[in-house]
Amino acid sequence: MGIIDLLVLTIYIVAGGALIMVFTLLNTAYLTYYERKVMAHMQQRLGPMHTGYHGLLQPLADGLKLFFKEDIIPSQADKAVFILAPLMGLIPAFISFAVVPFGPKFTVMGHEVPLYLADLNISLLYVLALSSMGAYGIIMAGWSSNSKYALMGGLRSSSQVISYEIAMGLSLISVLMMSGSLSLVEITKAQAGAGLLGILPNWNVFCQPVAFIIYLIASIAETNRAPFDLPEAENELVAGFHVEYSGMRFAYFFMAEYANMLMVSCLAVVLFLGGWNPIIPRSVFEMVPGLGGYIGFIGDPAVWWFIIKLYAYFFLFLWFRATLPRLRYDQLMKLGWKIMLPVALANILVTGIVMTFLN
Amino acid sequence: MLETPGAVLPLNYWPVMVYGLIAIAFGIVTITIGYFFRPSKPSQSKLSPYECGCPPVGDARERFSVKFYIIAMLFVLFDLETVFMFPWAIDFKALGAFGFYEMLVFIFILMVGYVYAWKKGALDWD
Repeated sequence: MGIIDLLVLTIYIVAGGALIMVFTLLNTAYLTYYERKVMAHMQQRLGPMHTGYHGLLQPLADGLKLFFKEDIIPSQADKAVFILAPLMGLIPAFISFAVVPFGPKFTVMGHEVPLYLADLNISLLYVLALSSMGAYGIIMAGWSSNSKYALMGGLRSSSQVISYEIAMGLSLISVLMMSGSLSLVEITKAQAGAGLLGILPNWNVFCQPVAFIIYLIASIAETNRAPFDLPEAENELVAGFHVEYSGMRFAYFFMAEYANMLMVSCLAVVLFLGGWNPIIPRSVFEMVPGLGGYIGFIGDPAVWWFIIKLYAYFFLFLWFRATLPRLRYDQLMKLGWKIMLPVALANILVTGIVMTFLN
Repeated sequence: MLETPGAVLPLNYWPVMVYGLIAIAFGIVTITIGYFFRPSKPSQSKLSPYECGCPPVGDARERFSVKFYIIAMLFVLFDLETVFMFPWAIDFKALGAFGFYEMLVFIFILMVGYVYAWKKGALDWD
């Protein structure tokens, strides 16, 4: 492979990378809109209505507003760490999207185009490693602000993130035992077709319901969402680790939080909900007279299935937030260390016994 | 999989590197451009740390509960155990029953440490 080929490849990658970047940014922006709308309707309100049709331009207005706001660096803050912290939060959250398989390879004008940037054989480890990096941004922000609320929020947040990471990792192991690969593309492909009883799809959520529930709880706790939002408990800690941040630097933490939520939802879709595999098989649509010709027009249906599942999973986050009260800190630690960890280990053992002796 | 004869870096990782640079560039460029647009009118009270409107008392970087250190140490132990289980889980089907028994021994040792930490009260938060 010559230098020219590498250059051409790099141009393709930059184009694809820019697309994924735009996809991530748009989704993080519209997750906030989705959240506000769903929360509002659960509380019998309307939510944002004025900016654009039914408030559809609200996320853009929020982003522009934060962009033009003053950037305040407290006089007693550790300046270098204070400036670095938002980047440490945002960049790992974005980089992990490089390996998410949004859709399979499809052919455009004779070229094979994959709907993912990279298919590493260690994709899952890569994502887990980067999600751990996010804790650095939190603890750097908490420490450098030189504010008591920020320090407490940062400590709480980082210890919560690392506590639930163990349960999350253990819940993934039982899935990996079944798929036998760390590549997210391979894991998705292994879930194609019909599974249990010939009716349900062959998704891991049906074979590993316990692992899915553990992952669901751990992913909410990992992203510091209600009912595990102690680091940002408004009535105790104001805003937690980013209380001293303003303007675009605050927006970076905000984007990182939503990008992380998007990432754990993507992982849940790939690992448990069948990734790009259709909910309703394509053959059903092709049976409807007159519809068959239109399937190609809306792009590859696989991507749309992925996005539908993504937003359905994210709906659970909002549902929990609207329903459940916040936990106490000792309850949070007890749930993570004394309940989720043993259950996840037991799940691995049961999976091992079933796979060893019943196959 | 792309073929890379003689390449130092496996070509599969090239997109990840390029995308990483795009993400880093996005983060730095956006905040740098904003520098030319945003106002900057600092004042002493604006730059003091937030403390419910009162003047801040003392330094924020005081001592905090030792529990956080214990959680961090336990995390290192248990997360390493989890990482050790990843390669086993990948090759689970190939290893068969023998691999499963080996892992039972491993998990047993893990559980001894876990029960010890539990009995010592390291997992309690008072």
